[in-house]
Amino acid sequence: MSGPVQALGSWVRAQVSGVGFFTRFLGALLARSGIAVSRPRLVSQQVHFIGNYSLLIIIVSGMFVGFVLGLQGYYTLNRYGSEEALGLLVALSLVRELGPVVTALLFAGRAGTSLTAEIGLMKAGEQLAAMEVMAVDPMRRVLVPRLWGGIIAMPVLAAVFSMVGILGGWVVGVLLIGVDAGAFWSQMQSGVDVWDDVANGVLKSLVFGVTVTLVALYEGWQARPTPEGVARATTRTVVVGSLAVLGLDFLLTALMFGN
Amino acid sequence: MPDHIPDSPDLALSLDGVALGYGDFTVLQDINMAVQAGQVVAVMGGSGSGKTTLLRAATGQLPALRGQVRVFGTDIGQANGDTVQALRKRMGVLFQQGALFTDLNVFENVAFPLREHTRLPEPEVTARVLDKLDAVGLRAAAHLRVAEISGGMSRRVALARAVVLEPELILYDEPFAGLDPISMGITARLIRDLADRLHCASVLITHDVQESFAIADQVYLVGQGRLVAAGTPQTLSDSQDPYVRQFLRGEPDGPVAFQYPDTPAFRAWLAQQEGRKP
Amino acid sequence: MSREKTDFWVGLFVLLGAAALVFLALRAGNLSSFSFAPTYTLTANFDNIGGLKVRAPVKSAGVVVGRVGKISFDDKVFQAVVTLDLEEGYQFPKDSSASILTSGLLGEQYVGLSAGSEEENFADGGKIRYTQSAVVLEQLISKFLYGTAEKQGSTPGN
Repeated sequence: MSGPVQALGSWVRAQVSGVGFFTRFLGALLARSGIAVSRPRLVSQQVHFIGNYSLLIIIVSGMFVGFVLGLQGYYTLNRYGSEEALGLLVALSLVRELGPVVTALLFAGRAGTSLTAEIGLMKAGEQLAAMEVMAVDPMRRVLVPRLWGGIIAMPVLAAVFSMVGILGGWVVGVLLIGVDAGAFWSQMQSGVDVWDDVANGVLKSLVFGVTVTLVALYEGWQARPTPEGVARATTRTVVVGSLAVLGLDFLLTALMFGN
Repeated sequence: MPDHIPDSPDLALSLDGVALGYGDFTVLQDINMAVQAGQVVAVMGGSGSGKTTLLRAATGQLPALRGQVRVFGTDIGQANGDTVQALRKRMGVLFQQGALFTDLNVFENVAFPLREHTRLPEPEVTARVLDKLDAVGLRAAAHLRVAEISGGMSRRVALARAVVLEPELILYDEPFAGLDPISMGITARLIRDLADRLHCASVLITHDVQESFAIADQVYLVGQGRLVAAGTPQTLSDSQDPYVRQFLRGEPDGPVAFQYPDTPAFRAWLAQQEGRKP
Repeated sequence: MSREKTDFWVGLFVLLGAAALVFLALRAGNLSSFSFAPTYTLTANFDNIGGLKVRAPVKSAGVVVGRVGKISFDDKVFQAVVTLDLEEGYQFPKDSSASILTSGLLGEQYVGLSAGSEEENFADGGKIRYTQSAVVLEQLISKFLYGTAEKQGSTPGN
């Protein structure tokens, strides 16, 4: 009887230590963040690898999500004679939820895994050890620029996703189906508040950016320096990152949009 | 066999009664070594004898369980972060796989220590990097990406990177492993040349007898968890110790047994295996 | 990729993000109606504010002339105290009235201002005397039912 209980206990302890280690990891990275200011080139290079290279998938996904919102939204609103609220529906769905969340999930899959794999492979190839013996702190030189690159890139990507999605909804709703263009935009403008909706969406995407990038860096840093180790680490990045985003989204939504 | 290492300021690296291990597991004990400036010292031993562990102790990555590891006179195991960093800037390390930074090209790899630790103007950086690449014969390869060069070439680039700051102590981790005879000869000559030109101390971790004996001033042989022999290459060649003879002659059987030792775990597995036959 | 080229693409990336944010704020959101014009404050007491929220528009003749600044409760007279921030360009006579209206049938609630006829205008900090509370659906329905019951005379069984 004590077997499973002991196993559960040690599993819980391991998870709690993991959380503790993760927090110390975050603290260590933040403490070394001075390099983001003293050598901004490193950060901008990472913004390029993380952000620019994700733009295509974000734009295409945003477009299709916008199309679907336009279509599905129209079908549902039409039943209650409220098609004119389509613009409002599309915009609010994207700006408050789908923009930050879907972008974060795509980000975890595309940018997160490439970060994890890169760092895991650097570890396997002894590049990080080489840096250490050259008296260069690998956390400062390698991890911190990638952290800030991700934090900067995420809100940009989420805003682009929302914008492209709204335009996609407009294409389907107004151009294809024939919802009144004026009503589409005016209902949207009167219903979407800059501070309550847009700013909160940006705040969400910032939180998600920190979370997903941090998980990706952590998994790469902790990966076992073998092919299997790196493969497992990239899987964990996607799984843990996505679950964290969804969980945090629930929390943030309750905080921001609840009464 | 040296019993105690005197505290000479001339010593680039000294190990005094050092024991090394991981957790409860002791890999090496009672290690005494001294490396002077301008000397080429070979640390030899079979696979798993703990040579890489010694390297890690010398760079400060692994603190000694017992004894003192002194780099330029300072105990690196006890030193604080800043002191360790300062000591490491005076060292160069050549890793077995080269450990080049794959996202940079050859030039940027060799320039890396200069960019991180100095404020030299760009033309000066270019001049020094090309000079070091020239010394290893790869000046015209500066523009190539890491993926475009062969294993032997990447080892040489790593060597150029290790010496670009003109360190006082260079550690080579298996510099001859996996190289063709020409590359081996080149590498051995480079190591000796650098030691003579820069007057730096060079420590080779290796199991290649022929090449290292040709260039080493002093040889230490580790095995079975301890220092088995120490002396000039000539002294070791003349030694009658059975372990030394087996190692130097490459005999398959001797103090290092050929057959893996029998264990109860193996016998249990064998019984299970044979029980499976129909 | 050379450093200058990377800088260029990163710059474009960040500009694209800024443009998207501006788009969202202006075209999708209500920032364009968010004026930074100077405002003056009026208060009005209501018996029931219904679903009125802070930052709801204050309209007169259908045009937005200000926003609801603060909503609080006065526990001496047990009424809701609504603070209105009106744009200084729009002045109203001292006998203007404020009512809480609903846009459309089931839409958001806003404060409607009907201009009065007095010569003097409100000063900053003035109080609107004539107010009409929000229409609460349940009260409307019960009034309707009560009214219908009265018209039909006494109910069976009484």
